[in-house]
Amino acid sequence: MTRLFIAICVVMGMVLPAAAQDENVLRWASRGDALTFDPHGQNETPTITALTQVYETLVSRDAALTLMPRLATSWEITEPTVWEFQLREGVTFHDGTPFTAEDVAFSLTRAQGDSSDFRSLINTIESVEVVSDHVVRVHTSVPTPLLVANLTDVFIMSAAWSSTHNVEEAQDFAAGEENYAVRHANGTGPFTLELREPDIRSVFTRFDGWWGLEVFEPHNVDRIIYTPITNDATRVAAILSGEVDFVLDPPLQDLRRLESAPGLQVQQTAQVRTIFFGLDQASDELRSSNIRGANPFADRRVRLAMYQAIDIDAIQSRIMRGLSQPAGVIISPPINGHTAALDTRPGFDPDAARQLMADAGYADGFSVTLDCPNNRYVNDEAICQATVAMLARIGIEVTLDAQPKSLHFPKIDNRETDFYMQGWGVPTLDSEYVFQFLYYTGRRNNGTGYSNARLDELTDLMAQELDEARRNEMIAEAWAIATEDIVFLPLHHQVIVWAVSDEFDQPIVANNTPQFYMGRFTD
Amino acid sequence: MGFLILNRVFQAALVMIVVAMAAFVLSNYVGDPISNMVGQEATQEDRDQLREDLGLNDPAPVQFVRFIGNALQGDFGISYRLQRPVSDLVAERLPATLELVMVSAIFALVVGIPLGIFTALYRTFWGSRLILTVSLAGVSLPTFVVGILLIYVFSVTLQWLPSFGRGETTALGGWTTGLLTVDGWRAIIMPAITLGLYQLTLILRLVRAEMLEVLRTDYIKFARARGLTNRAINFGHALKNTMIPVITIVGLNIGGLIAFSIVTETVFQWPGMGLLFVQAVQFADVPVMSAYLVLASLIFVLTNLVVDILYVVIDPRLRTERRVKAGV
Repeated sequence: MTRLFIAICVVMGMVLPAAAQDENVLRWASRGDALTFDPHGQNETPTITALTQVYETLVSRDAALTLMPRLATSWEITEPTVWEFQLREGVTFHDGTPFTAEDVAFSLTRAQGDSSDFRSLINTIESVEVVSDHVVRVHTSVPTPLLVANLTDVFIMSAAWSSTHNVEEAQDFAAGEENYAVRHANGTGPFTLELREPDIRSVFTRFDGWWGLEVFEPHNVDRIIYTPITNDATRVAAILSGEVDFVLDPPLQDLRRLESAPGLQVQQTAQVRTIFFGLDQASDELRSSNIRGANPFADRRVRLAMYQAIDIDAIQSRIMRGLSQPAGVIISPPINGHTAALDTRPGFDPDAARQLMADAGYADGFSVTLDCPNNRYVNDEAICQATVAMLARIGIEVTLDAQPKSLHFPKIDNRETDFYMQGWGVPTLDSEYVFQFLYYTGRRNNGTGYSNARLDELTDLMAQELDEARRNEMIAEAWAIATEDIVFLPLHHQVIVWAVSDEFDQPIVANNTPQFYMGRFTD
Repeated sequence: MGFLILNRVFQAALVMIVVAMAAFVLSNYVGDPISNMVGQEATQEDRDQLREDLGLNDPAPVQFVRFIGNALQGDFGISYRLQRPVSDLVAERLPATLELVMVSAIFALVVGIPLGIFTALYRTFWGSRLILTVSLAGVSLPTFVVGILLIYVFSVTLQWLPSFGRGETTALGGWTTGLLTVDGWRAIIMPAITLGLYQLTLILRLVRAEMLEVLRTDYIKFARARGLTNRAINFGHALKNTMIPVITIVGLNIGGLIAFSIVTETVFQWPGMGLLFVQAVQFADVPVMSAYLVLASLIFVLTNLVVDILYVVIDPRLRTERRVKAGV
């Protein structure tokens, strides 16, 4: 019996909470880990979130998403195809080497390499000229007004470090091996990468030599421990039990529980991502429809009918639990070109929709398959299920095919879908990005087959127009065409929700990328 | 005997080839890895180039032979998701899974056997009935429910145990262990219970049934007639004979524990093979998936093989029967 008692005591001793720590440790979690620490390996939000703690860019965005100087202090267009950047002085990398123009030239060249995932963002750069230690001129093949906005995700590495560790090119999948930069990092940012165990844990330590400590209000985060927690319930339990201080992606169904929990706050803001449906309006006939010899989606009246048949308020209140903004255009408010007028939907009106269907000659409706991801957007599959029921009311018999994203997106790329769900975020915060990828004739992500010569022309022009007023006119004209043609059926702008401990103050940002130097422990 | 073992080894090899083929065929039907590997802005030429470089355009038989050849050398390629060699990933994750499986198997045995004996010896005692009723829950509750219930009670409400992860680990050469730190033990308690609960109830019921059976046999009656103590009868004679089927089942179930650990690892974010596999599936990370399938079935096949051989070694009747059948 004594032995049993001792055993119980030992077990109890184990389960007692660990002693309080002196340093400010931020423990945070999200569903999925960064894919790599190679700064130019993956253009993906969770990866960029991890990288941005360690690496810096020439230009960055503040909590309100306006451009702000980072490693570059100022920039200007000196000639139509030349951007000149003044670089910050007194910046050092984590290994102690000073940051110079050579590092910028090296990094931009690296980010343009064959194996880089960022090269299409900066593919107009022809050369990077080192003028002095702290001035670079970027020469582009054509005028590139959005170059600065495109550089907000292009991280700067040390040329010397990259050469020492043989990582002068971004990670290449085909090489069949990992490079040194995948699990090691040497940036100029506010935190150093202390430990990297992919999918298990990443530990970041405060970099005392960071230039920003003198420029911004100094942060008080000594250490960051990141743990990916895949299971929704476990992630919620982790923050409820106080084992983490910050959860980037709390599941919607648990928000009420989190809000009512003591010591936690739930923050929300509109995300720069809009969810919509795409319709193949170019094929001669649909792959999955009972209508042969004609494509119902080619008729604008059918597209409008479907648009008017979607009860977006019901989706917002019942499926999204209020956490969405109904959209009338596939760009969200922070994006240049967005207006309130564009962002209004035709009213929900099933009767008008049925009339439109009858006018188009489809009074008896038709059948079609809706392809939908089930692990990509917030409640994606549930939205599609609701849509199936709503379209049934105007006679369209929809079969839902909900699949993981790895199966869903290739269908759009390979033109194997008639009717699909898609979401789009805009890192440059400019409409051109959307026209380039989603509306331009023949683009891979344009699964609708839509083609409009004037819209293509406008897209090419706006990419190179340096005069802001003229450029904005082009964007407005392009949106007028795109909206009139009902190329996509907009659903809503997603809303970001963060769950944060009361002891930590972190401004929420619409690009869903927290920069922890902006956070403060409040005790 | 030598022939029998050879026969079993041959069967095992055949199973492995079939599994390898299944892993390979499956890999061609789980989505397009290329679209996961490159960003949404990559051009068609980039995609075609990568496809060519990775050998995804070669005829299927060529790809299969290459797959087998590499697999035999432990080379499963580079993970599409983590951009690291799969063999490294597996080597890192295997200790976590094996430790979890080991601790939960020990938990199941150490708790299951005494409870089984107890319920067999005191059949009519109310405590036995209670244990049996509760054990029904262990069989019928799905693993993830048990895990989440434990998390809710011990992490969220009582805040005694960590809800996720492996705690602090110590590296011993290439092996990381969480069993040398208090933190690591705290972290393994709930996952081990979750994973071992089903095995525990299985062992409990098996021991009880076997024990009841044995207690009715003549030699136990004879032992009683000889005036042996209850202790000597129950533990010296009855339990020993009960253990043979129990050990067989436990041996076979180690493979099952590794397979079920997928769910447990996901619920507790336990950084083992199962979690690696689940994430690989979501990402269509084919190299990791094939490696997992091959490795998991290898473990299954090996434990089966060992149990089969041990059975023959332990139980002389099997050998004689064979000889009689073979006409020797």
